[in-house]
Amino acid sequence: MSAADEGITAEDLVREFRNGPRAVDGISLAVEPGEIYGFLGPNGAGKSTTVHILTTLLPPTSGKATVGGFDVVDQGPAVRGVIGAALQEAALDPHLTAREHMRLQTALQGLPHAERVSRGDELIERVGLEEAADRKVGGYSGGMKRRLDLALALVHWPRVLFLDEPTTGLDPQSRSALWEEVERLSGEEGVTVFLTTQYLEEADHLANRVGIIDAGRIVAEGTPAELKSEIGRPSVVVAPSDPGRLEDTAAVLERFGKSLPAEKGTVEVRLDRGVDELGAIVRELDAAGIGLASLVLNEPTLDDVFLAKTGHHLEGEALPGEDDSGDDE
Amino acid sequence: MTGASLTIQSEPVIGLQIRALATRSVLRMIRSPATLVPTLVFPIFLLAVNVGGLDSATELPGFPTDSYLTFALAFTFIQSAIFSTMNAGQAVSQDIENGFFDRLVLTPMRPSALMVGQLTGLALLGVFQAFLYLTIGLVFGADFAAGPAGVAVLLLLVVIISLGFGGIGLIMALKTGSSEAVQGMFPLMFVLLFFSSMALPRDLIETTWFRTITDLNPVSYLIEALRSLMITGWDPPVLAAGFAIAIVLALITISIAAKLLAGRMDR
Repeated sequence: MSAADEGITAEDLVREFRNGPRAVDGISLAVEPGEIYGFLGPNGAGKSTTVHILTTLLPPTSGKATVGGFDVVDQGPAVRGVIGAALQEAALDPHLTAREHMRLQTALQGLPHAERVSRGDELIERVGLEEAADRKVGGYSGGMKRRLDLALALVHWPRVLFLDEPTTGLDPQSRSALWEEVERLSGEEGVTVFLTTQYLEEADHLANRVGIIDAGRIVAEGTPAELKSEIGRPSVVVAPSDPGRLEDTAAVLERFGKSLPAEKGTVEVRLDRGVDELGAIVRELDAAGIGLASLVLNEPTLDDVFLAKTGHHLEGEALPGEDDSGDDE
Repeated sequence: MTGASLTIQSEPVIGLQIRALATRSVLRMIRSPATLVPTLVFPIFLLAVNVGGLDSATELPGFPTDSYLTFALAFTFIQSAIFSTMNAGQAVSQDIENGFFDRLVLTPMRPSALMVGQLTGLALLGVFQAFLYLTIGLVFGADFAAGPAGVAVLLLLVVIISLGFGGIGLIMALKTGSSEAVQGMFPLMFVLLFFSSMALPRDLIETTWFRTITDLNPVSYLIEALRSLMITGWDPPVLAAGFAIAIVLALITISIAAKLLAGRMDR
């Protein structure tokens, strides 16, 4: 099985809005069956527009895409038959309970009568909403809505799952629970997952491969480890034991790489040749008679990759849970 | 996983989808008191004001009844039908705004199932409102000349009128995707109502331009058909005109709405 048969492919996908920018500007990608593909980028980068095209909700201006082996333009109903989607806003009816949502979704998906109740109950239990299942969704917290949204997307055993910023605004516990479920779906059920996120940690933790998108274009793609080793080199942060030797310390370290803004009393440089230089650094500092209060090696992050590829940092990369005031769960 | 997916029916039953969507439509209505209460109460309130203020109109030579309540009751049914414009439009536009519509689109649901499901809820509300207003009218002394069979005909006509006006709401919602746009249409619908024969029989309107407008306004004929059942009994030409206009209105608006819906879902 290949991406073209069971996964997701996109070839030069473009979406232009009238009087607006090119939201998607020539995206090509291939997601293998069973893979978790993280689509990482800041707000407005084109992540949601791409998801809308791949889920048949929005036609591309040009280009071609297949999902589960079906063309998103010419075979919309077939695509919709194999996908589940939890879009950016949890699309729920505040007047219905979780169980009523399940009943509606299982009926619309055409599940046989006997399975409608059991499948609904099974998914409600799986996302931990048993106790709230008969309460109206209007009173749910953000995390509970997200979990129900995911459960509804899974009703018909989709082969491909689209999750558009599924953990935005969630508290850390809800985020972990959702990550576990996504990993389980991919690992145990072989579901292909296309996940958009603006959180570095999420892409790093969950995705088998990451596509970094900025201004409608994929600027880097690979496994998180590949991306970091390819572009983001480690940095070293040194604090001399004598604060008066800070300039001498900087002079030594600048031989090994480019200087970075550092905290007071420390010097930081991005290492030109990676961790191999660590021994040489220690020897040269020792030769210069500089004592060390601390020496820390910082591994590269996906933000370093993003910075290297786009010239700016990823916006809104704060960890979920740091700003979850909207979540009262 | 794959084994389970094989148990899904290859062709979902449209009846099942309609029932599920109609159930949702009714539940949603019942659980939205902010929408339901004004829909039920406002027409009664306006009826009380009209009857209190215009009762002396029955003394005009040629006025068809000595009970202004009987005369004005028909207006209440049309008014509630206009509320259904808002309700149907609001329901769909809110679904579009909050993304629920996209969830529906991503299922194998057929456009006709959504349309019929939505309209079934509307029709049920129309029947309930008609019963309520008729009961209140009869309790307070209104006449119903056509008898029990006339009640059935009245309910049928009210349902068709509600569907016709509901179709207008659906058109607005599907065209604009905005609940504000649907709300903005509400006053315009009331203008249509006020420039009709709601307050006086057309032949007693002396102001020429106003009379001309009421003659041209299809709402006049809808009101007169309903009114005839209460005042005259069985008046085939008036009933035929009312039913014809109601059916044509419903066919046109629902056809356009269905086309717009299919366009939104067929991507």
